[in-house]
Amino acid sequence: MSRPVVELQAVSKQYSVGDQWVQALSEVSYSFYAGSFCAIQGQSGSGKSTLLHLLGCLDRPTSGRYLLNGQDVSQMDDHQLSAVRLSQIGFIFQSFHLIPQLTVRQNIQLPLTYLGWSSEQAEARAQELGALVDLASRMDHRPLQLSGGQQQRVAIARALANDPELILADEPTGNLDSATGKQVMDVLLQLNQAGKTILMVTHTPEIAAQASSAIHMLDGVIDRESP
Amino acid sequence: MNSRLREEILTGFKTLWLHKLRSFLTILGVVFGVGSVVAMLAIGAGASQQTLEQIERLGSRNILIRSVKLEAAGKADTRVRFPIYGLKYADVERFEGAFSGIEQVVAMKILEKRARLGGNHMDLRLVGTTANWFDVVEQPLLAGRLFTAEDERMQRKVCVLTRYTASKLLANQATLGQLIRIDSQLFEVVGIVDSADTVAGGTSMQTPDQVMDAYVPLSTARASYGDIHVKYSAGNRERSLIELHQIILQLVEPALVRSAARSIATTLERFHDQKDYAIDVPLELLQQTERTKRTFSIVLGSIAGISLIVGGIGIMNIMLASVTERTQEIGIRRAIGATKGMIIRQFLIEAVLLTVTGGLLGVAFGVGVPSVVEHFTDMPTQISLLSVVFSLIISILVGLAFGLYPAWKAAHLDPIRALRR
Repeated sequence: MSRPVVELQAVSKQYSVGDQWVQALSEVSYSFYAGSFCAIQGQSGSGKSTLLHLLGCLDRPTSGRYLLNGQDVSQMDDHQLSAVRLSQIGFIFQSFHLIPQLTVRQNIQLPLTYLGWSSEQAEARAQELGALVDLASRMDHRPLQLSGGQQQRVAIARALANDPELILADEPTGNLDSATGKQVMDVLLQLNQAGKTILMVTHTPEIAAQASSAIHMLDGVIDRESP
Repeated sequence: MNSRLREEILTGFKTLWLHKLRSFLTILGVVFGVGSVVAMLAIGAGASQQTLEQIERLGSRNILIRSVKLEAAGKADTRVRFPIYGLKYADVERFEGAFSGIEQVVAMKILEKRARLGGNHMDLRLVGTTANWFDVVEQPLLAGRLFTAEDERMQRKVCVLTRYTASKLLANQATLGQLIRIDSQLFEVVGIVDSADTVAGGTSMQTPDQVMDAYVPLSTARASYGDIHVKYSAGNRERSLIELHQIILQLVEPALVRSAARSIATTLERFHDQKDYAIDVPLELLQQTERTKRTFSIVLGSIAGISLIVGGIGIMNIMLASVTERTQEIGIRRAIGATKGMIIRQFLIEAVLLTVTGGLLGVAFGVGVPSVVEHFTDMPTQISLLSVVFSLIISILVGLAFGLYPAWKAAHLDPIRALRR
């Protein structure tokens, strides 16, 4: 077995909603290994979004430890977490989340700008990634001039810009029809074959079936896993 | 780093350009704030420059004493049929003895007379004065000669004209040696001096170098016209006896002006039983003008400050709206890995771009208005580079100051919630 990219050790997360405490995750211990493509399933409220936010270093666990590539990120401050997101994680969202006033090229370049790349280097890299997701001819378009499938592929290219090992996808096909959804899934499968670790939250069983493994969440714990 | 800033500025511009009208309306406050500062300072500086020049022309070493008509005096004094007032011939000698630092004493009779030469005629200001007038008042000789102490002693009927007077009276005629008729007397034109171009106005004193002057020896003026002056006004004939209208004292150096003015006041008080004279010290006027100018600048500065604060609040308002509107963008940027600092930087850059654009437009506006004013009125204006640079720096600071809170607010949004919006 390959090394774990993500190691969760008894991770819990509580929120306060009004004067009530919600236990979103209860002592989840789990590891995702390098090169895996895992679907995370579960009903709304099962804790899968919370899990994704924790995995994506957008949030910190209330208790427990989270090791990302062997590094404990559960006690990091906001600044350090930003740096981890910037260098090690790529996000893909259901509603694409591109920045509307920027061109396709600028959207893809965005993480590189924050990483401090020179604009020549960043442009070259953006061009390369644009070609990879088959949008080389659309680089100067705005996101809203593209179809949903194309927008999602731009988002994938952006997620790849910093060459992360871990890609987190939150319902990547949720806003797409089945044909374009399939295109997006093909890209993700390709990336997985190229060695990326992909964790994907999804409702749809057919989409989940394309991943190489799956976990199912219920009431803040992982209640099933397959295979 | 530099290319990154350039990139960020470009992106900022693009973002603001998306809401052209809104951005434009937002910066109007700054535009008018900066514009009015630059414009008012330019107009103010021009006006005070003009005053300063007028005062400086009077000379910082000089003291001017002029006769002042007392309204009540003539009516109260029933023994004479007309008022007697003003400076006396004797005063000139008294001044010479009153203070040791005096270099020149110039006595003047100033009469309004009608002059005629051939078909040309004009109302001019006849100045009967001593030959040293031309030493005290700088009026370069253009042609001929000045009159001399010799002319004065001999009471010769010679006169020196200003360029303007000469051109009006002697149009198309050989200038020198002509005889001109002033009232009933004939004078020979011996010289022409340059006259200052700007007509004095605004200052309270009579400026000695008027444009429409003719200068004759004091003794000649006294012999020709006497000391009783008749003024016709609205059907009234008003007579008065004035020996001298004005005396200019020139001192060795400006430092002596103040104490000299005091001893002269004492001397005059002793010999005049009424205060039928006034003492003007250009140097003091100069200093007073400087003080006024400073007050003016402070007032302008405060108005500018207030309008820039108002402009800044407008910027803050719109930046806050923008942060709310772009919550999701902020969430995306944070998810990708932007730190709080980077978000603050982005929004500060946008705020500063707004205020600097406003500042630049304001400077254009502030430079444009004075030139329009100058074009349509005779008011001189003076745009100082300093006020332009200062306004731009201030607009950057306004952007930073009022952009900071919205930027801070943007940076401290919870990225997860921001993404959900």
